[in-house]
Amino acid sequence: MSFLRPKDDTQPWKGRYQPYDLIKEASIAVGVITLLAVLLTVLFSSPDDKSSTISQWSHELPVNFATAAATELNGTSGTAGYGPPYNHNSQGTQAWILRPQKWLGVSHPINTADDFVIKPLETVSSDPALQRGVAEYKAAPEKQKQEWADAYAKPLEEYATAEEEKKTAPSTVSVDLSTGTVTVQASGAGPVPLMMTSLLSLAKSGGLEGGLVTSSQFFQTDYTKPLLFMADGGLLAERAEGQHLLGEQWGMMNETGSYPGQPWLWLYALWYQVEPFKSSENADILVMLVMGVLSLAFICIPFIPGINMLPRKIPIYRLIWKEHYRAQQNA
Amino acid sequence: MSAAPRTPSKSWTVKVREKGVEALPPERLLPDGQPTYVASWIYVFGVASIASLIVIIGSGCILALKGPAWWHYTGVGHFFNSIHMWSVELFFFAMVVHLWGKYWMAAWRGGRGRVWVTGAITFLIAVPAALTGYVSQQNFDAQWISTQAKDGLNSVGVGAFFNVTNFGQMYSWHILLLPIAVVALVSAHVLLVRRNGVVPPFEIDTKKAAIAAASPDGGGSPPPPSLTSTGAQS
Repeated sequence: MSFLRPKDDTQPWKGRYQPYDLIKEASIAVGVITLLAVLLTVLFSSPDDKSSTISQWSHELPVNFATAAATELNGTSGTAGYGPPYNHNSQGTQAWILRPQKWLGVSHPINTADDFVIKPLETVSSDPALQRGVAEYKAAPEKQKQEWADAYAKPLEEYATAEEEKKTAPSTVSVDLSTGTVTVQASGAGPVPLMMTSLLSLAKSGGLEGGLVTSSQFFQTDYTKPLLFMADGGLLAERAEGQHLLGEQWGMMNETGSYPGQPWLWLYALWYQVEPFKSSENADILVMLVMGVLSLAFICIPFIPGINMLPRKIPIYRLIWKEHYRAQQNA
Repeated sequence: MSAAPRTPSKSWTVKVREKGVEALPPERLLPDGQPTYVASWIYVFGVASIASLIVIIGSGCILALKGPAWWHYTGVGHFFNSIHMWSVELFFFAMVVHLWGKYWMAAWRGGRGRVWVTGAITFLIAVPAALTGYVSQQNFDAQWISTQAKDGLNSVGVGAFFNVTNFGQMYSWHILLLPIAVVALVSAHVLLVRRNGVVPPFEIDTKKAAIAAASPDGGGSPPPPSLTSTGAQS
């Protein structure tokens, strides 16, 4: 690889040496850094904003919860149409012929209708009417299921659109603020209104979180399902916007409060602010590829012609070694 | 009683020891002298990075001893979590300044390419080490950061085996796998620095330097015996 390197006439040092105590220097450094960390801790502490819960979401934004749940059931939510690694409902992002998301396949299978709605409702065994409704829904042909779910989701989507555009909300959706119940006038929705009313009640009781992490294991540490369900709704995004954590707010490098967060991700966050990445539906893979190439270049700096010559051309080294050069001049 | 027979030269242990001592004799591994040009504030940031890493690991061990939820409900736990967080900020700050300093010194010169490469990879591995910490916090930051970070990782297929919304997996990576990688890389980096020595300054007056180097007294005292080997400084 010598053709990649500039002429290197660096010679081993044959000049003076000065006394140096490596262990002492390292000990002092650890002491100073510890003191600095303690000082910063005493002055600023660290952020710890409580996590959101599905119960909190369903209490604070019941219509938003019902809308998200309806999109999970009719397969139009972000997670439902995500593609790998959660399902096959899309191929995921791509860059030219590169489709690694698709190539790596579905490793965490999620069927949003089953996992986020049907299975949690099946845990409510004390409600025979609900179980009959769930059984009716499960037994129906796929086309019928889709029609019922779409019929229920449509008024909620119209409500959400009206809210977003600050227009008068349609009367087909009403909220009882005293009880937090949502009523959707959806004709031709079959058992879906009953199911979704029960899902909202289950969510409010705090039982849905448990229903989403339940598997064959007693101990659980995988929160993929509840997190994805919540991310399909509006509560996390609403809190994130207030804490300057959205993508357009350079959110990937921020954290709650006025703490420094992860400033080392500034370059990663930067690409999301500029075209063509900003408006591309494949922004994630494009940014990751750019960062991959830049990271490789960063490792290979000693071997990149031009970049490896800059330090010699721009004499910042004279500042770094000014004592050495002064001593050399005086010699 | 006769003396124990000498270990045969075919011993793997002897071979490893001899190779180790040859590459890094004790005087080179723990030197008590350094070239006079190592006299700038920029050199502080390398040791500051390592010192920060030691504080990160120390505070992280205390947090690990008490479990991942401890810091949420006790003042002492929150105190150690804060130390952990600020030492991470100091680590990255020191490391970035250190890397910039080494770039402007062209510190890869004289056969020190591997020193740069191990340092750069350490930085790149430290990024997911920190990210897994952020998504293991069990608070709103963890919820938001994990649900956002998943998209970038999923887009390149990494999400298939590295699931940022799986707390158990992220916690394991954060407290074991990635710290081992960072410590191993930092160790390799430091050993390479000790083996190759600190990169000398650019020569700006070769004639004067040659005279100084050739001078029996004016050019300086001879380097310690352990630092005269030039084999690694091609």
